[in-house]
Amino acid sequence: MLRILRQIFRTGIVTEPLPPEEEAKIELVGARLEESVKRVFAGSLTIRQVDAGSCNACELEIHALNNSIYNCERFGITFTASPRFADMLLVTGPVSVNMAIALKRTYDAMPPPKLVVAVGDCGYNGGIFGKSYASLGGVANVIPVDAYIHGCPPSPSVLLSGILEAVGARRLSIGK
Amino acid sequence: MTDTLHRALVADLRESNIIELPQGGATALRVPLPYFVRSAEVMKTAGARLAAEWGVDETPFGNGFAVWAAYNLGTEYLLVTAALDAAKPAFGTLTGQYLAAFRFERQIMSLMGLTVKGHPDPRPWIKHEDWPQDAYPLRKTCDASAPMPRVEGTYQWIPAVGEGVFEIPVGPVHAGIIEPGHFRFQAVGEKILNLEARLGYVHKGIEKRFESLSWQDAAKLAGRVSGDTTVAHALAYAMAVESAAGCAVPPRAQWLRGLLLERERMANHLADLAALCNDVAFAFGYYQFWNLRETMLRMNKTLFGHRLLMDAIVPGGVSVDLAEGAKEDIALEIHGVIAEFKRLMEIYDDNASLKDRLYGSGVFPQSAAFDLGVVGIAARASGQGLDARLQNPFPPYDTVVPKMHVLHSGDAHSRGWVRVEEVRDGARLIAEILAGMPTGATSAPLTAPAAGSAGFSAVEGWRGEILCWVQAGPDGGINRCMVRDPSAVNWLALEQSIKQDMVPDFPLVNKSFNNSYSGNDL
Repeated sequence: MLRILRQIFRTGIVTEPLPPEEEAKIELVGARLEESVKRVFAGSLTIRQVDAGSCNACELEIHALNNSIYNCERFGITFTASPRFADMLLVTGPVSVNMAIALKRTYDAMPPPKLVVAVGDCGYNGGIFGKSYASLGGVANVIPVDAYIHGCPPSPSVLLSGILEAVGARRLSIGK
Repeated sequence: MTDTLHRALVADLRESNIIELPQGGATALRVPLPYFVRSAEVMKTAGARLAAEWGVDETPFGNGFAVWAAYNLGTEYLLVTAALDAAKPAFGTLTGQYLAAFRFERQIMSLMGLTVKGHPDPRPWIKHEDWPQDAYPLRKTCDASAPMPRVEGTYQWIPAVGEGVFEIPVGPVHAGIIEPGHFRFQAVGEKILNLEARLGYVHKGIEKRFESLSWQDAAKLAGRVSGDTTVAHALAYAMAVESAAGCAVPPRAQWLRGLLLERERMANHLADLAALCNDVAFAFGYYQFWNLRETMLRMNKTLFGHRLLMDAIVPGGVSVDLAEGAKEDIALEIHGVIAEFKRLMEIYDDNASLKDRLYGSGVFPQSAAFDLGVVGIAARASGQGLDARLQNPFPPYDTVVPKMHVLHSGDAHSRGWVRVEEVRDGARLIAEILAGMPTGATSAPLTAPAAGSAGFSAVEGWRGEILCWVQAGPDGGINRCMVRDPSAVNWLALEQSIKQDMVPDFPLVNKSFNNSYSGNDL
């Protein structure tokens, strides 16, 4: 136990502010961001992640959002197991034919307002896998998409700012 | 390379029946179809492991189909093939000799449409029940770009009946940030009677896709077979192509590849140790090990431009190099990671709650490991001395020799501990690779493989042995690219190791294998 405590104190707080270029992007969205998380999603954003056919690289980087360094919970972001609790669906991969039904069902199980963010170059247009007998291409070919986060895979800081941006944009469209 | 298997086959079938085919990376022998099953018997007697089995559509050459099998014994890989009839392609099952043939052949039946005579379980695999029955995407007659119609169909699960027996269906969408797959548990109370995995959800037509890409672009696809193993898969592909084309990779490129492969191994093992801690609710370990992984990914980004090292390996060499001062940066980084790792391991190894969950969970017996032909971490944790870095010791592994850590208890703990030892050994390998790094070019121009030539490679990724076999078509493009991820054999191990465990231990045992869904489904 003492060793654990000593190691915790040695490590200290390793959570980092986002890199400057990502911080700047968030500033573009403006100070209304926190307000939008509060107003639209009652103070916290709950994400259901679905791998619809990815190579699993995007999963690794999304997973990293939960580590001490990126620590997405500081922004009120948590991942949930049930789509019933989810505000946002974070989808990776080209949508495989074999996952299309499961993806649609997950989407249908979410309560509105539901925000869909497609992650990675594959989520955008199928990436290197393209469209084929087995791949339906980008996520938008199966469910409506609100925002994209590009990259192969996008780094954790790009993911974080992309998620926050998507929430900010949502607030604007709801205000209309 | 030894030739024990080659000699055994020639002695049994007689030379006149065997034709040696042009093939890089391994010896390839064509036997008459009636001898295909016999050759498996000879291989079994000789002590070989069935490493892969696949079908090839050779109609572009004016032939019919072909079935291939890859056997391994020690440092020898032997490929055995037989030609099949174009109209009614069929061959006898190898499941009588090798259990590992079970899934390989279900896949061959489902995707290539070859008949496997005598197979005990001809249910489709990867091909889901809503595909048209006659959809055989790996055949040349199938237009891969056309969308596939959905049809009505059902999948027949293996039933369990009896008082108190119930089923728990899990997936394809799981509770965490993980890949999709379906697991069907049959249980009595908390005790698991049987687990049947049903995969294929992330099948995106990778093997077919290869056939429409150039040799260069296909390297990018190979690097995305399983994102966590991008280096090893890209390397397996590159080596297969190079062996088909007779391309000599410069020494510096080979050593840089070794460096990248070992960095990938360390980073993934650290993530797995973190995940094992997470699955036993030891949050401290989860965050601490993950910090170490993050340190390595950031160094990857700084030195090689990509956190996961994607597209760093290209046919002919590597697309990255060590900049001024990079060696010192890596040495310092690894020194820091290992110092921290040592402190964490004192805690890990002395934690009663970790031991309580890891020891004795998900025992995969040594006999089953041998029979199923599992590879990599799962094999080494169950007494099998298999490591493709030793079986196929390409540079730098001919001079920088990995230490193989073989444990015998086959439980979740031993699979974790193999990783611990490999993190430690990885630090040594990286130091030795950096010390011996040759100077010179980092890539050689790749001439496309000649029409009809083929290449084979075996690479030890962090999970285990990856196999790749490429064949150039008559037009000089890719006629077939077979990829065998370690998960294609190791998923069977998970099913066998979970029997008699409790349902709540499944996530932990599953994580201790950490098989790839994408690499399996392709």
